[in-house]
Amino acid sequence: MSWLSPETRAGIRRTAGLVWEDRLGRVGLILLGSTLVVAVLGPIIFPFDPQDFGKTAADILSPPSAVHWLGTDELGRDVFRATIAGARLSLLIGLVATAISIIVGATIGIAAGYRLGFLDSLLMRITDFFLVLPALPLIIVLAALFGQSTVVLVLVIGLTSWPSTARIVRSQVLSLRERQFITRVRSLGATDYRIVTSHILSNVLPLIFANTVLVIAGSILAEATLAFLGLGDPVHVSWGTMLHFAFDSGATGRGAWWYVLPPGIGIVVVVLGFVLAGHTLDRILNPRLRSR
Amino acid sequence: MFRLGYLARKLAILALTLLAVATFNFILFRVLPGNPIQLQARAGNLSPEAIQRLREIYGLDQPLISQYFIYLRDVFTGQFGMSITYQRPVVDIIAERMLNTLILLSAATVLVIVLGIGLGIVAAARRGSRIDSSVVVGALVFWSLPTFWTGLILIFIFGAFLNVLPVSGTSTPGVDFTSPIASLADLARHLVLPTITLALVDIGQFVVITRSSLVDVLTEDYILTAKAKGLSRRQVVWRHGVRNALLPVVTTTALYVGLTIGGAIQVETVFSWPGMGALMYDAVLRRDYPILEATFFIFALVVIAANFVSDLLYQVLDPRVREA
Repeated sequence: MSWLSPETRAGIRRTAGLVWEDRLGRVGLILLGSTLVVAVLGPIIFPFDPQDFGKTAADILSPPSAVHWLGTDELGRDVFRATIAGARLSLLIGLVATAISIIVGATIGIAAGYRLGFLDSLLMRITDFFLVLPALPLIIVLAALFGQSTVVLVLVIGLTSWPSTARIVRSQVLSLRERQFITRVRSLGATDYRIVTSHILSNVLPLIFANTVLVIAGSILAEATLAFLGLGDPVHVSWGTMLHFAFDSGATGRGAWWYVLPPGIGIVVVVLGFVLAGHTLDRILNPRLRSR
Repeated sequence: MFRLGYLARKLAILALTLLAVATFNFILFRVLPGNPIQLQARAGNLSPEAIQRLREIYGLDQPLISQYFIYLRDVFTGQFGMSITYQRPVVDIIAERMLNTLILLSAATVLVIVLGIGLGIVAAARRGSRIDSSVVVGALVFWSLPTFWTGLILIFIFGAFLNVLPVSGTSTPGVDFTSPIASLADLARHLVLPTITLALVDIGQFVVITRSSLVDVLTEDYILTAKAKGLSRRQVVWRHGVRNALLPVVTTTALYVGLTIGGAIQVETVFSWPGMGALMYDAVLRRDYPILEATFFIFALVVIAANFVSDLLYQVLDPRVREA
């Protein structure tokens, strides 16, 4: 994070401390921390082999036992290990999709807010248009048209969730560009490129942080939903694909709770972690509410 | 009510948005690699003659610009072509499904608005209390639930284990109902779980927004004045607070329509509810592009209409916006 100014880094540390002091924020950080540990270390300790099918009929959809701690799926694979493998993929997809969404949203927001005029109205009309389209039907259509792969999934989620970020960034830039320190740098002869990269960006980023955290939660939910609807990458196991196969194979109808609960709880834990952290961040970064 | 100039501008924007959606659809389904012919050719084994014939039906042998105008005419007159899987006009299939989705969404929306606003008011009026924090925590937890998974869990609890409520379809198969009331009661029983699933997941947003909006209003100076005048807490909260706090909730309701359509796709899939959402899911599975295209278009129209109505409502409700 060396590209951030020392003040910004100190600000991030202070904000993280404030989140930790809040009861809900702390629960969120703990949930996120444990998921991160599971996602990073889990697959190393409990590797999952998607080709490790059951050998006998008894291995199919068997309830939890000493061998299979969370039972097996419809192909006789270990649900516990699959759930751990799913943590890594779900988190990764959520983070990369959010990165795309924030980069696109911030670029459009800064361009619109800094340039104003025609470019601004054009970009904002486009933003409003995408804001008004129903999100899930849109990503379903895009994913169905462009094929089933993790890359497509990440792109589709990232490229459909940027409008709210663009709106927030634009309004921040609008107020920043008239501040004294910006007008002073400008009068000293700084180029637009330099003003945007070294002054606007560093001031906008902390403010969209809470929004970013909530976008991650939304991206993870979106991935799970798309995968559940059969638009996921069947090769890679994510929580959404697990639930898709649980539903599709009739395992849910046969009461295989050990197959349906773990991936779902995984999704809820991660999303709730991000939602709690984001909610707390929002209160901290929005000073008007902080005093209440 | 509102000035004509404002209404005219809103209508113009509405018309432009509709045109933009149709154009967006045209680009997605006709221009980008993966137009319906290629997609059908990829899905099945079509002979070159069949492909040529399809190209003529869809007008793909004409220049792009005339294709565009043909497309616009078709879309706005409701001609979405033939479904690949059902071999029937898409419009007829959608007409059959529309009512079921409307029933489901209306039931869920009433539940979400009444309970969501109610809980939000209770929490804001007792800000900082135990009730407030449990309402907020509850709202955030439900917000984090994936809709489809919530449905699966409710199926487990009420269908598989307790066996008290039907978990699939709109009516009990093989039963001849003696009266319309008995058949309506059966429909209502089938409606319970899908409605609760949708409402549970969507309610969080309403609670959080109502609460924060009311908290904002309750810290205004005129609330302090009202308290100083010696009004009771109930009068302050309801007469001076809620009235003003509900404005942002109107906007939320429009956003909610977009959200709940996404929820309907999942809930209808999980509960085999024969509505538009399940239709879209089937279309994805079977790569039935004409249906996919039509359902997406209609969902977008509904959301745009909801935004339009909420804009106008805002004008009626808030005199400050009206004057501006």
